[in-house]
Amino acid sequence: MPGIMLFLILCAISATGYVMGRRKAATISGNDNRALHSNIPFHGANVALAVFLAGVLAMVGGSIIQSVVWQEDTSNTLAVVLTLFAAAVAFFVTFQRISLEYRARNVTEKLVKGVLIAAASIAILTTVGIVMSMLFETVNFFKQYSIADFFFGTNWTPRFQGESDLGMLPLLWGTMYVSFIALLFAVPVGLFAAIYLAEYAGPKVRGVAKPLLEVLAGIPTIVYGLFALITVGPMLRDYFAQPLGLSDSGSSVMTAGLVMGIMLIPFVSSLSDDIINAVPQAMRDGSYGLGATKSETIKQVVIPAALPGIVGAVLLAASRAIGETMIVVLGAGAAARLSLNPFEAMTTVTVKIVSQLTGDTDFASPETLVAFALGITLFVITLGLNVLALYIVRKYREQYE
Amino acid sequence: MTDASASPVSPAAAPSAPSSLYEQSSRTKKRNASEKRFRAYGLTAIAVGLMSLVVLLISILGNGLPSFKQTYIVMDVELRADVLDKNGNRDPADIAKVMTFGYTPLIKQAAQAMVQEMGSDIEGLTDKMIGDMISKEAAGQLRNYVMKNPDMIGTTQQFKFLANGRIDGYFKGRVTMESAALDGNVTPEQLMAADEMAAAGYMTTAINPGFLTAPDASDQRPEAAGLGVAILGSVYMMLVVLVLALPIGVAASIYLEEFAPKNWVTDVIEVNISNLAAVPSIVFGILGLAIFINFAHLPQSAPVVGGLVLTLMTLPTIIISTRASLKSVPPSIKDAALGVGASKMQTVFHHVLPLAMPGILTGAIIGLAQALGETAPLLLIGMVAFVREYPGMPPEGLFDPSTALPVQVYNWTQRSDPAFFERASGAIIVLLVMLVLMNLVAIILRRRFERRW
Repeated sequence: MPGIMLFLILCAISATGYVMGRRKAATISGNDNRALHSNIPFHGANVALAVFLAGVLAMVGGSIIQSVVWQEDTSNTLAVVLTLFAAAVAFFVTFQRISLEYRARNVTEKLVKGVLIAAASIAILTTVGIVMSMLFETVNFFKQYSIADFFFGTNWTPRFQGESDLGMLPLLWGTMYVSFIALLFAVPVGLFAAIYLAEYAGPKVRGVAKPLLEVLAGIPTIVYGLFALITVGPMLRDYFAQPLGLSDSGSSVMTAGLVMGIMLIPFVSSLSDDIINAVPQAMRDGSYGLGATKSETIKQVVIPAALPGIVGAVLLAASRAIGETMIVVLGAGAAARLSLNPFEAMTTVTVKIVSQLTGDTDFASPETLVAFALGITLFVITLGLNVLALYIVRKYREQYE
Repeated sequence: MTDASASPVSPAAAPSAPSSLYEQSSRTKKRNASEKRFRAYGLTAIAVGLMSLVVLLISILGNGLPSFKQTYIVMDVELRADVLDKNGNRDPADIAKVMTFGYTPLIKQAAQAMVQEMGSDIEGLTDKMIGDMISKEAAGQLRNYVMKNPDMIGTTQQFKFLANGRIDGYFKGRVTMESAALDGNVTPEQLMAADEMAAAGYMTTAINPGFLTAPDASDQRPEAAGLGVAILGSVYMMLVVLVLALPIGVAASIYLEEFAPKNWVTDVIEVNISNLAAVPSIVFGILGLAIFINFAHLPQSAPVVGGLVLTLMTLPTIIISTRASLKSVPPSIKDAALGVGASKMQTVFHHVLPLAMPGILTGAIIGLAQALGETAPLLLIGMVAFVREYPGMPPEGLFDPSTALPVQVYNWTQRSDPAFFERASGAIIVLLVMLVLMNLVAIILRRRFERRW
């Protein structure tokens, strides 16, 4: 039976439960709400909710047992039987309980609260899922490949016949280099934009410029990737790299870095803008009172006061840059290289995760499994940066509240 | 440290320094200039940001708009009965036996006849070159027509075929006589013939609806490639995200905002949500691959898997915005409901939630727009596959192989023919139009329904 059918049947049973529970409550009370502890609809809702929850739980449990434990993909008899059984049991138990004193409202609300808690805990489940899914395969990878070679190897040459060199350093270098260039572009531009918006711009300019800058944050990264590939890459190659004799490649660290920098401007600017605005006006007034000009006030009072927050914003932007995928896939190239020339194609951790996990993959070979090790490295780096950034930002906010 | 304290003016020197309200001292001039410079930096920064946006949009529009138009060849094709229906009884089963391969000669002959009729005398233009000017998709188009109208066999009908991608590129300025001389796929003679055909009215450039409706096409036929499957796949994924992420996100936010006790479990959940919002999207792709495909054995390239992964990615966004709108409902409303005897649950579901709904929906649409443009995680769950079949109707269609708009863009950038770059930019335009529409809906919702307390 298709899962959708089963789900619809479950909904039907649940709806029947609602109608019957209501009717029973109405009958025993002589259609008088005051005789019951809970209003009549609660008795119906109680049955319906219990049936639905029991059924869904059984359905999920049954499917997991069937497809994961028994490795059976063709039929779902177990899930169907379990679901219908659970629904029936829940139906009869809750239906039996309906009486004048039964606290249907309290029970229903407890059930609903359970559902809410379950929804909230999905966040935890996701994190656990992310860590688990990568950890298992990473352990498998390190059974086949030495940890030291992975973290400190300077060669990245996967071969499908085996005997690959899977050193992470060239990828990490590419990632850091691209992110560095991106931040080199985004931090000054974003910071000055934020300063201007917060301190100088009138409400009109602010009302136009701020949303327009934030449009940059709403553009999907694939758009930036394509921009890097068809516009920025060839332009940098024709006007800078080739005349200077540095490289002949359109995809380069510079291409990806610049385009990523554009993407990061709104991150830096809107976060810094908030932080600059949070600096108390009294501090500025004090500075003006001593005769400082506006720019002197900003440079010597506002920025130092906002510095921790700005550092946090930069760290958040850095974590974005390190985890960014599409821009580097389309803009930076695929050659793993340890080089200082920014016009040369280099590759990053994220590019290699994509290339090792797309196409034909064999989940027993180290060439595929390495992607999970790269993934967990990326996860740990970005998580570290985020936690640090959030800590700094929060700490700073408390100072002025 | 201000400039004033950095370079103190000694009192002894003060009288000798000219001091007048009408004349600025050199130091004041310096400070004012520095003030102006600083201001200019800020303006420059904003200009750089806005310029980047403008250049980005112009580049995409300039590259992509031509993909909505396509060059067509109009010609008369004789549907010869001796080729298409050898038995002569118009039996659909018999007609179906002639594969697209069998239709190609008919088109080539028709094209040659057309060139002859024009009285063209281009040196070195061979019959093969003439035939190659028409898209390889034409034979399939002709076959579909004959299968639908078997009675037309034996007659001569007018057809509008797509021109080959290189010929199309010539009219769009991508291919020139010089580049054609070096290109193995097109010759200058063909381009000259194309000019003549255009002058004679056989070749026209028209709006190409196939770009939005047709499925993807293989590497040799960029002119026939369309976004039909990708748009459908993206819409299916958005459906999954909407159905899952909105209720789960709202439920989680209600719990965290209204019920959660202040303890370490709640703290763990909150920290988790804010961290998940910043986890790189590719990591969610790895999660999807490991859990949904390798562990739960869901099919690869299916919209349902993409939808699940995007749901997990969008949840933090939706939760954060939903909590903000729940928080903005004034406590007096809750107090009033509790005061007349409503339970906490009733207060939330009957009063707080409806009042917060516009804000919640706005947040959900913005989260959805974010999910629509997401590419990296979808690459890992096999959405890059070449799919020509439209997925079926939901719910079964959710399990059919499909692709998605942003992934189709990526896919096209990996092809060798530069005509696909134009298509990729065109696909981006479609994607951006969808995003703008979604954001407009969000803005309208906010403007019309959101209440300020």
